[in-house]
Amino acid sequence: MLNLDPYSCLGAALRDALDRWPNEICLIEADRDREKTRLTYSDFKEVALSLARALEDADFKAGDRAAIIMTNQSKWLMSAYAVFYRGGVLVPLDYKLTAAEHLQLLQHSQARFLIIEYHLWRAITQAPEFKNHMLKKVLVTEAPLRADLAGAYRWEEFRRKGDPSFVMRERQDTACIVYSSGTGGRPKGCVLTHENYLEQCKALTAWYPFWPGVRYLSILPTNHAIDFMVGFIGPFVCGACVVHLRTLRPEFVRDAFMRYKITYVSLVPMILKNLERGLRAKFEELSGGTRFLLQRMIALNKSLTRRRPKVGLSRKLLPQVHAGFGGELRAMFTGGAFMEPTTLQFFYDLGIPVANGYGLTEAGTSLTLNDLKPFRADTVGKPLPGVELRVLSPDADGIGEVAVRGKTVMSHYLDDPELTAQTIVNGWLITGDLGRFDGDGHLQLFGRKKNMIVTEGGKNIYPEDIETAFEGLPVKEYCIFAANYLWPAKTLGREMLILLLRLEQNQEFSEGLKEEIVTRNRRLPDFKRVGGFLIFSNDFPRTASMKIKRDALAEEVRKKLDRAAVVEL
Amino acid sequence: MTAPDETLEQILNLAANHFKVPREKLTPDEDFFKTLGIDSLQALDLLTRLEHHFRVELPDYELQGVSDFRTLANRIQTRL
Repeated sequence: MLNLDPYSCLGAALRDALDRWPNEICLIEADRDREKTRLTYSDFKEVALSLARALEDADFKAGDRAAIIMTNQSKWLMSAYAVFYRGGVLVPLDYKLTAAEHLQLLQHSQARFLIIEYHLWRAITQAPEFKNHMLKKVLVTEAPLRADLAGAYRWEEFRRKGDPSFVMRERQDTACIVYSSGTGGRPKGCVLTHENYLEQCKALTAWYPFWPGVRYLSILPTNHAIDFMVGFIGPFVCGACVVHLRTLRPEFVRDAFMRYKITYVSLVPMILKNLERGLRAKFEELSGGTRFLLQRMIALNKSLTRRRPKVGLSRKLLPQVHAGFGGELRAMFTGGAFMEPTTLQFFYDLGIPVANGYGLTEAGTSLTLNDLKPFRADTVGKPLPGVELRVLSPDADGIGEVAVRGKTVMSHYLDDPELTAQTIVNGWLITGDLGRFDGDGHLQLFGRKKNMIVTEGGKNIYPEDIETAFEGLPVKEYCIFAANYLWPAKTLGREMLILLLRLEQNQEFSEGLKEEIVTRNRRLPDFKRVGGFLIFSNDFPRTASMKIKRDALAEEVRKKLDRAAVVEL
Repeated sequence: MTAPDETLEQILNLAANHFKVPREKLTPDEDFFKTLGIDSLQALDLLTRLEHHFRVELPDYELQGVSDFRTLANRIQTRL
């Protein structure tokens, strides 16, 4: 891999990577079982630089912000490289947000350039808020021939001949603005520097190296910190290959492992559980004798890999299982949401280590990761090189709030000095997560201090962001909380959002009101829905400006009610 | 071309069969994630089955935000 120490920015590191491995395959893109694109680093460079030149001619300058709203695909990475080449700041947005949310974050980030897939652009142009947009230039990918692009340009035609000029950036300059939340309330735009990414990349590849020939299956959205690092920057600075799938259908994901002989993949718990379910079902279908033999081999593999993984040995002991994953899989990564230890252990016993980790957008991709020396299913691993972690005010069990310091911690929240000051205190980022270090230096997580949930699909959901969905509900007042925030549980899992209702005087809770709640809840994407409601008998405490004092309200709820009072929806 | 009501009925039957639940448990407007107790990946699995049945191809994003059979049937109907 490239030695990243001398580099001051991602653009320069990527530029050298493209020159160093011109003939290696860097990208494969498949739609279901049809391969659409296969590019060498040299091919990638040719397309990306003609785009960079067109951006330059469109007056795209150092520090200009360009947003990308796309599903995982080769054009995402080519566009990002073109932006970095021109010294720009990337604003990767979640393609699953609504058009109104996209417009809100485009506004907040002050992105003037936008690169977006056609179906998402169409939705944005139909949103009422579209008329207020401040975009200067929009590039739309894969637009049908006669589509009305509402003033946008076709990405595929936005090209200029001639060498673009490369714009160097300093390590402390902003590389990306990544939103960790805030679509409904206070936008949290994490300002991440080139140094944050270069240092994170160095730390991660020290433990899990990539090299030419390695194939990484990119399933998590590239706008997400994990895939941006291990599905783009990491593989590229090592000459490896990224495989994109345009669908997340489980059958095609399974097929991709075999078809492309995948080396690494990052998965959210939901996908990992889906794979586990599929494997267990297959094992159940085996005849009694074959199943017995398989179980014996799994037990043997388990005992021989107790101290560390032995991939070669496991492939020999359990050839059918490994063949089903393409035969080259070395590890799967997971993190963000709660992962059941039994699932992690299930895969490890088959000789497929799942490296569980912990991170947050505010501090780069990953703070801790399982180093597999030995594998531990019950922790989120050890701090990566260069990451300092502390547990603040530990209780009698050693559990306290986790704080982090290091070169991967973001610079600040965009345009929010107050929130930045609350979050980064004396150089330490206060994570809002509760944890404890065990005797071996592994971090164990025990829930959250902050009012949010992480879904099985790896999405961070903040209650404030979805409260607008219940605006106008015929009650006196309402508020949404994470259940584990109201009633702290020293465990992860069982995460759900709760709608707290204060009824009008003499108002009875009616079936009609319940119906209204259900209807509004269903307008939210499934992963953002509240799981239950709770009726509270006091007025909500409010500030002078009539904002709900959430902490004080949570305290009151905690005193009066317990979790059993929640009515599930 | 299949009539919209017929498309919906066929989807309900296929879903009941796919997830091994009694057909009468499924209604067009209820949240199928909740009724069937499935996650979004299992819903994508069902979509694949429906594609085979109706011989259409729907990108994943067509299912985004869809959680009831009637909307799903409408999306499929436009491609028939």
